[in-house]
Amino acid sequence: MKTVKLYDIAHARSGDKGPNSNTGVIFYKKSDYEFVKSQLTTEKIKAHFGGIVRGEIIKYELPNLNALNFILKDSLGGGGSESLINDAQGKTHGQMMLMMDVEIEE
Amino acid sequence: MSNRIVRIANGQGFWGDSIEAPVQLVEGGGIDYLTLDYLAEVTMSIMQRQKEKNPEAGYARDFVELIDRILPQLMEKNIKVIANAGGVNSPAAAKALLKVAEKHNISGLKIGIIVGDDILYSIDDLQAKGATFANMENGENFSDIKDKVKSANVYIGAEPIAKALDMGAHIVLAGRVTDPALALGPMIHEFGWKMDDFHRLAMGTLAGHITECGAQCTGGNYSRWWDIKDYAGIGYPVIEIEESGEFVITKQKGTGGIVNLMSISEQLLYEMGDPNNYISPDVVVDFTGVKIKEDGENRVKAMDVNGIEPTEFYKVSLSYFAGYKASGQLTVSGPRALDKAKLVAEIIWERLKRAGYSFEETSTEFLGVSPCDMEHPPKEFEVNGIVLRLGVRDEDRDKVVRFSKEIAPVITSGPPGITGFAGGRPKPQEIIAYWPALIPKTLIKTSVHIVEEK
Repeated sequence: MKTVKLYDIAHARSGDKGPNSNTGVIFYKKSDYEFVKSQLTTEKIKAHFGGIVRGEIIKYELPNLNALNFILKDSLGGGGSESLINDAQGKTHGQMMLMMDVEIEE
Repeated sequence: MSNRIVRIANGQGFWGDSIEAPVQLVEGGGIDYLTLDYLAEVTMSIMQRQKEKNPEAGYARDFVELIDRILPQLMEKNIKVIANAGGVNSPAAAKALLKVAEKHNISGLKIGIIVGDDILYSIDDLQAKGATFANMENGENFSDIKDKVKSANVYIGAEPIAKALDMGAHIVLAGRVTDPALALGPMIHEFGWKMDDFHRLAMGTLAGHITECGAQCTGGNYSRWWDIKDYAGIGYPVIEIEESGEFVITKQKGTGGIVNLMSISEQLLYEMGDPNNYISPDVVVDFTGVKIKEDGENRVKAMDVNGIEPTEFYKVSLSYFAGYKASGQLTVSGPRALDKAKLVAEIIWERLKRAGYSFEETSTEFLGVSPCDMEHPPKEFEVNGIVLRLGVRDEDRDKVVRFSKEIAPVITSGPPGITGFAGGRPKPQEIIAYWPALIPKTLIKTSVHIVEEK
C-alpha cells in the first residue's frame, strides 16, 4: 500500500446548491475508483474540511462515471448573498477535496 | 427516423459571463440556436425594483446590446436565440428588441415571449388556492418572511419555449425557466418530441445541463488546467443532437479549451444533488445510467440516460430582504504573518465590543492559508502574507456602518506591516436572501405570445 494525494488519481468539481455545496470526484481509472471509494467516508471528509462543513455529508456513487458525489450540507456560511465568507459558492471545495490522502495498491 | 442534426450553442453561462462569447459563436457559425442565461438568484429582485421605478425596465439590458451587435448575422444565418433575458418584463424587452430591428432595417422579426413565471403579485391568491410556500430546504414557515418578499418566480420548463418556436419566433424571451430548458425547448420544437417521451426529454435535459454553464464543459474550471491550450480564446459549447436524443458536445474549430471525458464528466456532476433523481419540471433524470465516450477530437458523445415522469410541483424561487452585511480585508505581511493576522482580528473585534457593538453574525477568515478552511491551517504552515477578511451581518444598518469604520485604524494602531486598504471603508450591502419552495403545477398558467412589428 502507498499513500497518495487524491489529486494523483482523481479530478473534481464543486459548486453550490442553496446553503449546501456538492463535490464530484471522478477517478481516472476504474480500479482506483473501486479501491478508494470506501476510504472516502463522510466522517473522514468532514474532518478534512475542518469547521467548514456544519451539517451532514451525503455520499452518492456513480459507477458509470467512476465517480462519487458528495453533498456537504451547510458549508457555505448560509449561501448566496446571505453568506459572509469568501467562498459562498463552494468553488474551492473540489480542490480542497483533492488534497486528501488516500491509500492505493502498489 | 432521420439522422438530421440540430446544433445548439450556449454563449452565456450566467449573469456576468463573457460578452464576446455569443458574438464569436454567431461569427463562427454552423449553429441553429444560441441559448443565453442572464438570471442569477439575486437578479430577479433587482429587476423587480427597476420595474417599480420604470414600467419599461426590469429585463436584461445587456441582452438588447448583444442583439444590436449580432441581429443582422442572426437573420442572415438563420440562427434563433433563446434567452431568459426577459427577467420580470419580457414585453418591455421585446419592445426594445423591435427598436433594434428598426435601427438595422430588419423587418419581419418575430419575438416570442413567455409569461406566467412571475407570481410576485399573485402570492395572496395562490395561498388562498392552497400554496403554502414553506421553505423546501428547511421547512420554515412562509409567514416569517412574507412581508419582506422582493421577487417570486416559478422555474418553468421547456414546453412554452418549444411553443414559441412553433409559432415562428426568431428570438424567444423568457423569464424564469430552468437552465437546461433553454436547450431542450428547441429540441422539442425541431423533432416533435412528446412531453411523455421521458427518455428523449432526459437526453435533452442532460445536454442542457452539461452546457448550461458555458465554458465550464469546454475546459473552464477544469482540474488539469495545465493541459488547456488557449484559455484566452476558449470555445463555448455546441450540442449536436439527433432525433433519437443521442448527442455530441463539441466546440467550434479554432477555439481554445478542450472537450473530453474529463471536462464533460466534471460538468455532469456540477451542482448535482442526488444523481438518481435530477428533478426538472419536464422530467426526472437518472444520471447513473448515462454513458459517455470520446468521438474524435474535442467531441464527446452521450447515450443511454433515462428519465421518468416529472413531479406535480414547480420549484419557486422567492427572494426577500434579510438585513445588511459588509466585509473588509487587510493584508498582513512579514514573519509570523498568520499569528499577526489572528491578533489583528482580535484587536478589531475587541474594539467594537468595547464601543458597545455586537452583531447577529460575524466571520473571520485568513485567506491564503488553505483553499477553504482558513481556521485550521496545516501545522507546518508558514507564509509571508495573509489576507485577513472580516465580515458582519445585522438587521441594523448603522451597526454595519460602524463595523466598516473599525478596519483602517488598526493599520497605525496595531502590529506592523498591515496594508491593502486602498479601497476605503467597505459599503454596507443589502442582503437579498433566497427562499425556495414548491407549488402545485395546476396553480400556474404560462402563456406564449408573439410580438412583431406593427
